[in-house]
Amino acid sequence: MQPIISISNLCKTYDGGVKALDDVSLDIAPGEIFALLGPNGAGKTTLISAVCGIVTPTSGTMMAGGHDVIRDFKKARKMIGLVPQEISTDTFETVWATVNFSRGLFGKPRDKAYIEQLLKDLSLWDKRDAKIMELSGGMKRRVMIAKALSHEPEILFLDEPTAGVDVELRRNMWNLVRGLRERGVTIILTTHYIEEAEEMADRVGVIRKGEIIVVEETAAIMRKLGKRQLTLTLNEPMDAVPDALGEWQLELADEGHCLIYTFDANDERTGIPSLLKTMGELGIGFADLDTSKSSLEDIFVGLVHEESAPEEEHAA
Amino acid sequence: MNVRGVWALYTYEMQRTWRTLWQSIVTPVITTVLYFVVFGSAIGSRMEDIGGVDYGAFIVPGLIMLSLLTQSISNASFAIYFPKFTGTVYEMLSAPMSPIELVMGYVGAAATKSILLGLIILATANLFVDVRIEHPLAMVAFLVLTAVTFSLFGFIIGIWADGFEQLSFIPMLIVTPLTFLGGAFYSINMLPELWRTISLFNPVVYLVSGFRWSFYGEGDVSIGLSLGITGVFLVICLSLVIWIFRTGYRLKE
Repeated sequence: MQPIISISNLCKTYDGGVKALDDVSLDIAPGEIFALLGPNGAGKTTLISAVCGIVTPTSGTMMAGGHDVIRDFKKARKMIGLVPQEISTDTFETVWATVNFSRGLFGKPRDKAYIEQLLKDLSLWDKRDAKIMELSGGMKRRVMIAKALSHEPEILFLDEPTAGVDVELRRNMWNLVRGLRERGVTIILTTHYIEEAEEMADRVGVIRKGEIIVVEETAAIMRKLGKRQLTLTLNEPMDAVPDALGEWQLELADEGHCLIYTFDANDERTGIPSLLKTMGELGIGFADLDTSKSSLEDIFVGLVHEESAPEEEHAA
Repeated sequence: MNVRGVWALYTYEMQRTWRTLWQSIVTPVITTVLYFVVFGSAIGSRMEDIGGVDYGAFIVPGLIMLSLLTQSISNASFAIYFPKFTGTVYEMLSAPMSPIELVMGYVGAAATKSILLGLIILATANLFVDVRIEHPLAMVAFLVLTAVTFSLFGFIIGIWADGFEQLSFIPMLIVTPLTFLGGAFYSINMLPELWRTISLFNPVVYLVSGFRWSFYGEGDVSIGLSLGITGVFLVICLSLVIWIFRTGYRLKE
């Protein structure tokens, strides 16, 4: 399938010499939800800003819907809606005026019925005549989403859409994003909430120091890199793991009351039966056992740490 | 051409005028009335005619030009600086609008406001003095040309400005003094030769002179020279604006 967004060898070095993007290549399929994860300053916002025309790239090409976002910028930008990270609105305008203004700016004819439905979907209809300065932070963020959707874009960039919003609004946003996807909108979101990516994204990309280090389907990354843990609550605490249990690389926790065994979620042979058998032979009893699997957050932290470790060691 | 986009930006900017009617229109009109009270009635009644024109009527083109220059700069600089300040400029930069279309929206609205203001001042002046316009088409053309040129100049200032104080720096410290010294309230032919020569380096002299010619058929310099200098300034401002959008100077990171 032809990607709706195609980024090739994109580089951005700011005037101060900071390399924000380093040879980034990325394809996004039509209709997918793609989550871009990365620590602060990793280059997420720069990447989005470059595609949307806010940042001029140093080199590389970007295509949106088959249109070069620099040479054929009008056609490309008509397809794109952007919700930036910072809440930036014309505070003295009304909700109705500012959303209609955004639609006009993108060259679309007035469509009262569409804007009315959009504001209703975002629970802003009752506030249509209110000045933006009178709205709460969550409402302002929804106004920004309404502005981004006002011209019916096929691609929506959401830069940290749920940063600083309460749990209920976050859930509402997720529902909104799912609803947009059902209508065929391609969504690229950056987030610090790994749970958000895990919950919604078809694929995740991890960016670190301007480089994309992993792009994978969310389910596949969980399968490939996910770990499971077996926690055994011991009858008697122990000071150290017996040598006879060395092959399982167990960890002691809770002041010797728990034994933790970490294993690959994809392994057919987990090693649990043999572990329990050996423990029985050694007379190590346990009162309870619990298994858990690692979250995307664990995987993300692991990836970022793994990538940074060699450099840190080198620096040390 | 994104005509709807230009229209959306233009009308959005014009709505701001109606929302801030007092600041945009009424304040400059009151200021002009005060000028007429002081220069027209109090001092003007003791002044001789200049080139056969009553002093009160003589200063009308200069007064209009004074407001036109300062308001064009102020309207356009604020229009682009405010979105930069609040961060809403992201929407302009990510919209399918070419630099020329953005300039048409912003500068068009700023120039329209200034032209309206100029016409209101002209109407107000008519209440105090008998103003005649010998070349009405030339008067309108000069009004439009000057408003557009100085709105472009204001647009550049708005992009360059890092703070609100810089917005008022050039209008207050450069444009207003140049206008006062540019023959708004006198003919530069009344000055000693040395000061007359120095005045010819002041670009506002050519604007005021050309505008006054459209009213009374006489100016301090020829109408061709006035038009030429205004045109050159227009080209310089346009070139700078195009360069700003090409390079993203102070607009894009």
